[in-house]
Amino acid sequence: MQLKGAQVIWECLVREGVDVVFGYPGGAILPAYDAMLDYPIHHVLVRHEQGATHMADGYARASGKVGVAVATSGPGATNMVTGIATAMMDSIPIVCITGQVGSKVIGTDAFQETDVTGITLPITKHNFLVTHAEDIAEAIREAFFIAKSGRQGPVLVDITKDAQQSTAEFEWDDTPVRLPGYRPQYRPLPEVVQHAMDLIKKAQRPLILAGHAVVTSNARREVLEFAEKTDTPVAMTLLGLGGIPASHPLNLGMMGMHGESWVNNAIQQADLLLAFGMRFDDRVTGNLKTYAVNAKKIHIEIDPSEIHKNVKVDVGIVGDLRETLLELLPYVPETKHTEWRAHIDSMKGEVAVRDIQFLPDSGHLYAAHVINDLWRLTKGQAVIVTDVGQHQMWEAQYYRHEQPRTLITSGGLGTMGFALPAAIGAKFARPDADIWAIVGDGGFQMTAAELSTAAQENIKVNVAVINNGYLGMVRQWQEFFYERRYAATPLRNPDFVKLAEAHGLAGIRVTQRADIPSAYEAALAEKGTVVIDFRVEQEDSVFPMVPAGADLEAMIRRPTSLAETAADP
Amino acid sequence: MIHTLVVYVEDKPGVLNRVASLFRRRAFNIESLTVGHTEQPGVSRMTIVIDGTQTNVERVEQNLYKLVNVLRVDDVSSVPAVVRDLALVKVKANARTRPEILQLAHIFRARIVDASKTTLILEVTGDENKIEATLDLLRPFGIVEMVRTGVVAMVRGPGRIDSAEVASWSSAARKPAAEQEGDSGINHSV
Ligand SMILES: Cc1ncc(C[n+]2csc(CCOP(=O)(O)OP(=O)(O)O)c2C)c(N)n1
Ligand SMILES: [Mg+2]
Repeated sequence: MQLKGAQVIWECLVREGVDVVFGYPGGAILPAYDAMLDYPIHHVLVRHEQGATHMADGYARASGKVGVAVATSGPGATNMVTGIATAMMDSIPIVCITGQVGSKVIGTDAFQETDVTGITLPITKHNFLVTHAEDIAEAIREAFFIAKSGRQGPVLVDITKDAQQSTAEFEWDDTPVRLPGYRPQYRPLPEVVQHAMDLIKKAQRPLILAGHAVVTSNARREVLEFAEKTDTPVAMTLLGLGGIPASHPLNLGMMGMHGESWVNNAIQQADLLLAFGMRFDDRVTGNLKTYAVNAKKIHIEIDPSEIHKNVKVDVGIVGDLRETLLELLPYVPETKHTEWRAHIDSMKGEVAVRDIQFLPDSGHLYAAHVINDLWRLTKGQAVIVTDVGQHQMWEAQYYRHEQPRTLITSGGLGTMGFALPAAIGAKFARPDADIWAIVGDGGFQMTAAELSTAAQENIKVNVAVINNGYLGMVRQWQEFFYERRYAATPLRNPDFVKLAEAHGLAGIRVTQRADIPSAYEAALAEKGTVVIDFRVEQEDSVFPMVPAGADLEAMIRRPTSLAETAADP
Repeated sequence: MIHTLVVYVEDKPGVLNRVASLFRRRAFNIESLTVGHTEQPGVSRMTIVIDGTQTNVERVEQNLYKLVNVLRVDDVSSVPAVVRDLALVKVKANARTRPEILQLAHIFRARIVDASKTTLILEVTGDENKIEATLDLLRPFGIVEMVRTGVVAMVRGPGRIDSAEVASWSSAARKPAAEQEGDSGINHSV
């Protein structure tokens, strides 16, 4: 079949199972947009190409499928950079399709020419520059294959305008993709599995560190089976949350900088760490020199370059988490670690890190209450998309996720502005789900223009703005480490209720704890997107906190005096 | 220890950039890098020399495998291998020093490839040590200009890799990725 390159793009996307793309047109991608009208693909017109990439990302995280973003050359493509880097750091499968100037003028600084494959080389898993119509199909097929296999990640396909305009023979190749230099290893080697078993059998104080792979490799059942069979408690990374239910008795909660004190202490006291698809990021290890020095370590990772990168381990197993656990499970011994678990319980008992929650209503509005009430109201079943900052950490602490893919957050890159567009993307992936974007007043304003996208698309996402009048997380660092010198962190904000209304959307303001539940109910009753402006306590901080690079034990705790202040109006 | 990696890559636009960008981004130090064709169309071969005291060679290998266009990485440092670097050295020479230089050239089996009233150009081929030794002896005469190609290497004897494997990488004869998984235990792309 003879087709224009522009048509080939959509022929391929349809065959890859794509039914929605997020994008923004322009000269170099115009042929593709023209062809699009003839294909059964819904296009979501974003307000900024960063939004398109975050939407594709949110779509991918909520569904497990590949998200697709489209942009024109030059500024369109450069606007995608933040979203691509966000997806790269969190291993999210997205495919970005960008138009490029005509192949004859590449290298001449033609109008809206940018070296997009050059710019995105270090922030994509792979990228392609396609200059001939006959090469488009292969590039797109390989892009999807690379994005969704092995350690997943973003792939960019840059297609010149003349390649879109010229004609080529199109025949869909549905044989498996052949890439001689790309051979992810899913199944572990038997020798290393044996070595791991030896350590597992000897352990007295084992601890599972469950990372993003619990979600991405669908290993929930296998992780639970392993934990239950070996009576091993589980500590979660931020991106692992929801991987196993928060309510499971073996789930200890989150580790790391704003993790639970008993989790960090358990890590330091364990004699065996089982790292399940996590990468020992500095936000979870603190000082590497003092990190879990008494523990043997087993690391299961699909990316061999992660093994020994930050933390030297005793056994590194290259493989997909689920496949690896399936190999291990028949051999792991049924054990009890009663003493170890009782010890962790006792550490839990001695601290009340969630103290604010139980303070009497003092007339103050705390973000913790806002999030905890949302958890109660939605029974932990909503899809929560957070932005980056204090509210993100409070979400992780107070919203207890029971299901995988119900927490969508930018972990590795920490991209402010992520939440609203990612929530819109998630809504397209899960149209029947309650989607809540929990955003800071700072980050909301980075991509608030996407409210207009939500309005135009007539979709419902619920936006909870945790409005503390500050770039709160930075303010907290200034309070703790820079003598409260608040350089460039106070915000003078627009009226977020009016902002919603300006978009034809509903806006609700909440200033008192007692009004939280009714606001949520009013929001859920609305047909369209809603913005709730929660005017929370301005100088609240996230506790506990392990200062960057400090030992995990060296947590800053909530000062009791502050809790008293909170209780006392 | 100095490590010599032989890296087979697909001969596609931008591959050298991908490898160079990887080294820059991960702060790996390269002592030398050469690239050229192989016996197989579509497959290029790089030789990368790394100082193992400054850069973790295993991490380099693992990260190279993450590049989709990298086909195979072999560390040939601990196996018998022919390792060659070529240097062109322009050295000051006059009637008095010329015979002495010619004698040195003879000892190191360097070729004189150019001569002028005031200079000679020597072409020296050999491993790192031989070239360094030659340069040390030439330095007192005054080196005007020097250039080195960087190291190329090849394992002695039949080696670990045969032409059939290299041929299998060419685009015509690609196997589906799934079939290749784990076939040599070093397939570590992600
Ligand atoms: C794009 C971007 N710029 C800067 C930062 C650094 N940063 C991290 S948290 C934060 C403050 C966020 O403020 P806000 O959105 O109001 O959330 P809060 O911490 O107050 O909950 C900043 C500036 C970032 N993570 N991302
Ligand atoms: Mg704020």
